[in-house]
Amino acid sequence: MSVAIDLANLVAIALFIYGLHELNSPATARRGNRLAMAGMAIALAGILIQGHGAGWPAIALGIAIGGIVGIYAAVKVKMTAMPQMVALYNGAGGGAAALISTVEHYVAHGSAMNDVIAVSLVLSAIIGAVSFAGSIIAFLKLQEVMTGRPVTYPGQQVVNGAVLFCILGLAVWFVVTLGALPAWGYAALLLGALVLGVLFVLPIGGADMPVVISLLNSFTGVAVAITGFEIDSTLLIICGALVGASGTILTVAMSRAMNRPLTNVLFGAFGAQGGLEVAAAGGGPQQVRSTSADDVAVMLAYANKVIVVPGYGMAVAQAQHSVKALADQLEKRGVKVLYAIHPVAGRMPGHMNVLLAEANVPYNQLLDMEDANPEFPTADVALVIGANDVTNPAARNVPSSPIYGMPILDVDKAANVVVLKRSMRSGFAGIENPLYEMPNASMLFGDAKASVDALTAAVKAL
Amino acid sequence: MIDIAHLIELLTVLVLAIFVGFEVISKVPTTLHTPLMSATNAIHGIVLAGAIVIVATLVGSGIHSTVLTVLAVAAVTLGAINVFGGFAVTERMLQMFRRKESGK
Repeated sequence: MSVAIDLANLVAIALFIYGLHELNSPATARRGNRLAMAGMAIALAGILIQGHGAGWPAIALGIAIGGIVGIYAAVKVKMTAMPQMVALYNGAGGGAAALISTVEHYVAHGSAMNDVIAVSLVLSAIIGAVSFAGSIIAFLKLQEVMTGRPVTYPGQQVVNGAVLFCILGLAVWFVVTLGALPAWGYAALLLGALVLGVLFVLPIGGADMPVVISLLNSFTGVAVAITGFEIDSTLLIICGALVGASGTILTVAMSRAMNRPLTNVLFGAFGAQGGLEVAAAGGGPQQVRSTSADDVAVMLAYANKVIVVPGYGMAVAQAQHSVKALADQLEKRGVKVLYAIHPVAGRMPGHMNVLLAEANVPYNQLLDMEDANPEFPTADVALVIGANDVTNPAARNVPSSPIYGMPILDVDKAANVVVLKRSMRSGFAGIENPLYEMPNASMLFGDAKASVDALTAAVKAL
Repeated sequence: MIDIAHLIELLTVLVLAIFVGFEVISKVPTTLHTPLMSATNAIHGIVLAGAIVIVATLVGSGIHSTVLTVLAVAAVTLGAINVFGGFAVTERMLQMFRRKESGK
């Protein structure tokens, strides 16, 4: 029996890895997801059979609730809200790992406890709880229940350090005594980890969310892998390691795309002063040229090549379908339309790609930064929709700028740049964007969706 | 007692899985990074298997504690949310990705 289950796990693991491999192209990605699904079904069936139905009412109850909630959320969630959704899923995985450790702690007293279990138990409890609480804060920030700006206070690092120190102290105590802590000790450990998760995400601002979500994803993977050591399951170890690797790759990619070391993202409280408007940066209000939808429509309609540069503003305004409608009108007139996507546009890796895919934009029209930048010098118009810092030429040539060195989309190299913006408020990071003052740039103020709809109507009327 | 040989086996599996993970995931194009994240959400939903084991262990231990039972069921619930929600939302996203049809 046990051999059959080991074989089932082996098949499941092969399906997970092959399924992830198939995600290397949009053409095969769906098959990959289904292979992983099949792997999951096989693995869970094996576990259920192995358990001989022990505790089945509790298991069935949990699966029923979780299944209904999970599928309902998956069907209902808006594509613009995908970062929040993934944050919650990260939190769910971390929370489950912490709960498993907690139950295991009370069940595996005495002979069943050893050093390996004690170490893995306490680590998965801590990392899982940090991921759980951190993900909840990330969710609240993304959902705009709480401010997306960094929350800072004096002595923040000292407080965080003290909490971390207490947790580590309790963890050592736990391991040395093989889990024979007083109840308050374990409770303090868990509580401390939850508090640390909250404190850790609070000072990180909205625009840095792609990094945080990736990092929490990786934490959850690590927590699951460690849980595998705790309950002696290679299945959990392998799946956790795969997810941990994925989260780590994305974390590194995101912080590289911002040209900031991870420590700066996590502890720099980037943009903390940003809310106080740009005037403080000196130089007074920027001199910009405002334009009208009709003028821009003419410019677009008689262009050969237009590059759309979407940002978080497009997501907020839910403007992706309007953008696609505009592109259709332009393509009907023989204009070549491309989309240039910065790696950190939006609030999670690949956020813009999903929104545009939802609006039926073919994925082969979406260009990465490396492929997009050579296109700008030959583009007639760069249409910037709700993106700011990722187009800021100061990153290229103003060493004193906080984003100096960050790779950007070279929209200023296009013959004309039209920036759709709600107002002259600075971007998230609170940094003035010299792009707006350039002679080839003009601003079209208003809600992104309303502006794009006006452009479409104006192009149609030409 | 710790079985060192077994521990090393598990560590070997861990190290190999990390390498495989880096190899496989680094080939995923940026355009699919969001579905990748939700798919990995589903895969770490394997923690559901751990939760099922822990429920069985709890029942087998003869400990009758409402608190622990609630915690174990909560673990199963969270794991199930990951598995079902993660795969479903990934499927929903991936079916939206399409190539431009023939020609230009």
